[in-house]
This record gives sequence, structure tokens and C-alpha cells, in this order.
Amino acid sequence: MNRACFRALPTKTFPLPTFKRLTVTKKTSTTAEKPVNFAQAPINAALTAAQKVDLFRTMVRIRRFEERSLRAYQGKKIGGFLHLYIGQEAVAVGCCSLMGKDDHVITAYRDHGHAIAVGMELNPLMAELYGKATGCSKGKGGSMHYFAPDKNYWGGHGIVGGQIPLGAGLAYAVKYQGKKGAAMAFMGDGAVNQGAVHEAYNLAALWKLPVIFVIENNGYSMGTSQARSSAGTLAKRAEGYDMAWGQCNGADVYEVRATMDRFLKLAHEKHEPAIVEIDTYRYRGHSVADPDNTYRTKAEIEEYRNNKDPIQLFQKTLLAEGVLTEATAAKIDEEARAESDHAADFAEASPFPTAADIQTDVYWEADHPAERKSQGRLFFE
Amino acid sequence: MSLITYREAIRHALAEELERDANVVVLGEEVGQFHGAYKVTEGLLAKFGPNRIVDTPISEAGFIGMGIGASMLGVRPVMELMFWSFYSVAFDQILNNAANVRYMSGGQICCPIVIRGPANGGTNVGATHSHTPENVLANHPGVKVVVPATAADAKGLLKSAIRDNDPVFFLENTILYGEKGEVPEGEHLIPLGKADVKRVGTDLTIVTYGRCVLHSLAAAAILEKEHDISVEVVDLRTIRPLDIDTVLASVKKTNRVLIVEEQKPFASVGSQLAFMIQREAFDDLDGPIHRLATIDAPAIYSPPVEVEQLPNPQRVLKAALEAVK
Ligand SMILES: Cc1ncc(C[n+]2csc(CCOP(=O)(O)OP(=O)(O)O)c2C)c(N)n1
Ligand SMILES: [Mg+2]
Repeated sequence: MNRACFRALPTKTFPLPTFKRLTVTKKTSTTAEKPVNFAQAPINAALTAAQKVDLFRTMVRIRRFEERSLRAYQGKKIGGFLHLYIGQEAVAVGCCSLMGKDDHVITAYRDHGHAIAVGMELNPLMAELYGKATGCSKGKGGSMHYFAPDKNYWGGHGIVGGQIPLGAGLAYAVKYQGKKGAAMAFMGDGAVNQGAVHEAYNLAALWKLPVIFVIENNGYSMGTSQARSSAGTLAKRAEGYDMAWGQCNGADVYEVRATMDRFLKLAHEKHEPAIVEIDTYRYRGHSVADPDNTYRTKAEIEEYRNNKDPIQLFQKTLLAEGVLTEATAAKIDEEARAESDHAADFAEASPFPTAADIQTDVYWEADHPAERKSQGRLFFE
Repeated sequence: MSLITYREAIRHALAEELERDANVVVLGEEVGQFHGAYKVTEGLLAKFGPNRIVDTPISEAGFIGMGIGASMLGVRPVMELMFWSFYSVAFDQILNNAANVRYMSGGQICCPIVIRGPANGGTNVGATHSHTPENVLANHPGVKVVVPATAADAKGLLKSAIRDNDPVFFLENTILYGEKGEVPEGEHLIPLGKADVKRVGTDLTIVTYGRCVLHSLAAAAILEKEHDISVEVVDLRTIRPLDIDTVLASVKKTNRVLIVEEQKPFASVGSQLAFMIQREAFDDLDGPIHRLATIDAPAIYSPPVEVEQLPNPQRVLKAALEAVK
């Protein structure tokens, strides 16, 4: 008889639910000295006043765009899911502001912030949400599937963790083609437990692919807190792959830039991959469909909103630096609202794709009939 | 013409395309130092070096996903799956990412990747290693699926696959690797989506592809000699795009059809063919469409019984006699 079968089960098999999010204690595997004040980091010190205001403006535009999209969703203009990035703006803006011409970005379904941060226009983004032909993916992708290859933005992916091997592939291509660039592959704190993510970590470290795996740790994967889903420190898993890693505060755009700049340099100069975990928070539910009343407290959300808001904090910083005035800040906000309203009007006025459009953009060959080399039927009834 | 094996034909196609286009890279488990689990890539590492011929860890989701990402930036990876059976651990990468990325981006991205490797039963390796996923793959708009039966077809189709701007899944056969065939000298390209009439006949059309082409030709020879039945064998070569016109033209001539495939029968390539033939050639048919598939169970290990589970010349012969009754 196999006695092992009768071994008593531990009484506490599963950890008790926790309602408090873990906060990231900042650590890094590299020894480079950290400036006490991230504004003084060379990458930030080099910014002109106009560039600083631009960072601020991009964050504000993301927020206003998303608030406007939420209203459109509530008005039943948008179908499916809508995952809002509100609260996390400094992460995408900080990271994407560092992109050179051979740097690339890929992310998951919470992808509006990155899209705006890489420079996509609000009109096609909003139109995509409305399912219109003028959308950035012609109404074929939706909220979770924004792409702009002309801006080195490779999506917008709906399967948790599925985009991470693609991110490693972007880095592989950059390196293979002999370019000095890197890929930033973004994921959530819930994605880190997917097998494909670990496979990509291993390949990146093994082959020295210039990719930075950016974990946007907002504390929750849907309604599951980090404590209930992940063992250990998320970025520290890099050590198992002999990769550099770091953590930073995602409410401070200067800190995001200063941290990412160091790792981007490693990627550019030495093809060193890294995992960077950026502590952030989403104010809204997982998606608009999440009533957000089962897994975290209102007080926790308020704490972030009131005291750790990346836009408010950066506004304060820029006011103190004398780079921004209250009046300019108000004007930027006003313009962002107007631009978002205008995007909604544009989306509203745009035509839907037609039924005939359903079967375009499936095959490159079908879309380029003059260059088609294959024969036979590509589509079936 | 030169008489070479199916394996060599694939190797030559790879070598020629590696030579022609610096964007082509070969990646997979054991493709380099080990010379390929089935020796298809033998010698390529020595010729093209480790930047072009890359041994990967056992990490199908990771390296295939990586290849897909690289292809979006213009690299043209030819990925070897040691067995197509292992596609299931990379399913998300293959069929969510490669198949959908063009569509979801509104046509902004193309994904010129080739994934190749053997997909067949008949080698007594049991159910986990004997999958024939061409129907599953071809169910996904956006992808192309090729199943060559001969050395010449393998070479000409693989070269076209590598030049194609859509994801192409190329399904080979371990039993065919050693089969010799005449392959034209010099540049030899066969367009995807073009069926080939491997034997001309008048009484029955056998529509088939892959190794079943060989079984069908063997059965056709017996049918001719012993039963005075003239069989036309149509080799699809490509599953998607599908050259249904060549099939229909043959049916018009013979008025009887037998579909032979190394697939499980439920929702197989043959199911799709049967639907299309009845829909588009109903008036040309003198009888119901017949089908011979793998016996519907996971692949059995037992060597002599596995032969019976799969289509074989005897089973094709029997099915053909039924079909012309
Ligand atoms: C493979 C897969 N499993 C589950 C889901 C459903 N799902 C979508 S988002 C999500 C939570 C992911 O959380 P996280 O990675 O932390 O990202 P966040 O939403 O916080 O940005 C889940 C479970 C999915 N899309 N894909
Ligand atoms: Mg999360």
C-alpha cells in the first residue's frame, strides 16, 4: 500500500485572503548610485522646460481621453471590454518618452496609455473603441488591440502574458539586424506567472536580447491581489535567470525615466535584458464591467488618488520648478478635454466598417492581389 | 533532375533560401550541433554559422513567440518543431498571435514566419507524438498550411513558403524523410495552393495529400491491374489556400470521389472537402462521397495495429472498391 496517499493534508492549504495591496519596497540588482532627487538624474536634468511640460501634457491627455471613453462606454457607444489605465499614466509616459528610433514597445490589453505615449492620435484611438472604420485598426481590433508599427508600437494583446515572447522577438530582430535599440515588453503583476513569460525571460537572458520586461505592478490581477497570486518579489525572479532587475515608484515620472534609462542603456550598449517592476495603481475597476467592490477598499483607492496621483505629483513638481504655472496647467487640461471630446465627435461621425471589410486584412497576399503568388481559395463559406 | 530524399530536398530549400536572403534564420530544438532530430538541417550550422542556425531550449511557446515577434520586424524565421505534436504548448503563440496580428492591427503588420516539422503517425510513438493538426491550423483564417508528399514538392513549396508574407505552417512526415524523388535542378518553386494530379484516371477521383498520396498511388496501381479501375489521384499539397478547382475538375471527369487522409475523421480536412465537393459538384456525382481516415481513437502504440489504424494501401483499396460500387 502506498502510505504517502494517507499523509495528512495541511490544515491551512491556502493563504487567507488579504485586502491590502503589497507595496513594492524599492530595490535594484545593479549598484549604480541612485540620485536622491530623480529630477537631478542626467536623463531628467537634460530635459528642457518644454519637454517637461510635454510629459505632463501626455499624462493629462491619457487621463482625459480615458475618462471620455468611459463616458462613451456608459453611453453604450463602445462594446466589449474597456480596461482603463487611469492612475498608471506616469509609467507609459516615462518609459515611452525614452524611446529612440530603434526602440520598440509591446503591451497587454490595458494599452491606451502606451498608445498615446508613443504618439498615436486620439481620433483613431477613440474611433477604434467605437468600432469605426477610421479606427487605428479599422475597427477590427478594439480597445485591447491597438497597434502603430510606424511608431514602433506592436500592440495591444489580449492574452495575459502572450505578448511577452513577441517582445523578446522584437529585441531579437533589433539585435539580428545590428541596430542599437531595445524592446520594452510590458505586462501586469498577474502576467508574471504565465509560462510563456518565463520562457521569454530565459531566452532573453540566454541569448542576451535587448529587452526590458516591465512589470506594471498595480497590485491586482482582476480581483486577485498580488499576495494571493504570486510568490516572492516579482522582479527578483530575474535572479533565477541571471538577469538585472530593478524596482521603482511609478507615481513619479522622473523616477520611472531615471530607472528605465539605466536599464535601456544596458540593453543598448551590452544587449543586457532586465526586469523592471514599477509600482503603480489603477483607480478604476479591472475593466469597466468590474463593480470594484469585492477585493479592495475604497479607502485604499482614495489614498492613491489623493496622495499618490502621478499627474498631481508631477504638476506640483513642475510648479515648484517654475516650469509650469497654474494657468498653463489648467489650459493643458482644458485642451486635453477638448481634444478628447473632439475625438469622440470624430468617432461618432465616422462610418462603421462594412461587411465587405470583414475579410480584408486577414492575409497579406489577399490584400496585395497584384503581388499574389499563391493560388487557390483563401476564404471559405 | 536529381534523385534526392525528401529530407535533402527540404535541406536544399533551406540552404538556398538562407543563401538568398540574409533575413532568413533557422531556429529550433537541436537544429544546429545535433544536425536536427531528423537530420533535416544537417550541415547548415557549419555553412551558415550560429547566428543563422540557432539551437533553442525546449521552450516552444517562448521561441516560436519570439520568432513571431521578430517576423513583425522583417526577420524571416523558419522555426523547426521537432514534432508538430508539440504545437499544443505553443498554441497561443501560433494561433492567437501569428494568425491574428495582421487582422487586429487592421492590416498594418505582417508575419512572414514558417513553422515546419513532421506531423504524422505510423512510427509507433503513441498518442502524444502522432498528431496531424492541419485541420486545426487551417481552421484559423490568416494562416497557410502545406503538406508535401514528395521530395520535389517539399522543396518547391518550402521555398515559396519562406518567401511568403503570411505565416505558413509546413507539415512534413518522418516516414517520408527517407523517400527519394526526382527534383528539378536549379531554382525550383511551386506556388502554394496548387494541387497536383499525381495520376490520371477516369473512374474514381482520390483526393488526398501527404503520405496518403503514396498509399493512394499504390492502391491505384492495384486497382488498375487487378480490377481494371482507372483512378485519378489528386494531391492537394496545400490545405489552405485550397485548390478546389483541380478537385472539381477531376470529379467532373470521374463522377466518383474518395477522400483519403491521415486525420481523425471528426471535422477533418476531408470533412471540409466533402462539403465543398457536394456543394459545388453535386450534379457531377454518381454516388455519395466516400472517405477514408485514421480510425477514430488516439494513436495506438502497438506497431502492427497502428498500421491498421492509419490509412494504408489495403485500406485505400477496399475503400476505393466501395466507392465505385
Ligand atoms: C490567458 C488569459 N487568462 C485570463 C485572462 C483574463 N484576464 C484578463 S486581464 C486579467 C488580469 C491580469 O492582471 P495583470 O496582469 O495584473 O494586469 P492588469 O489588468 O492589472 O493591468 C485576467 C485574469 C486573459 N485575458 N488571458
Ligand atoms: Mg495588475
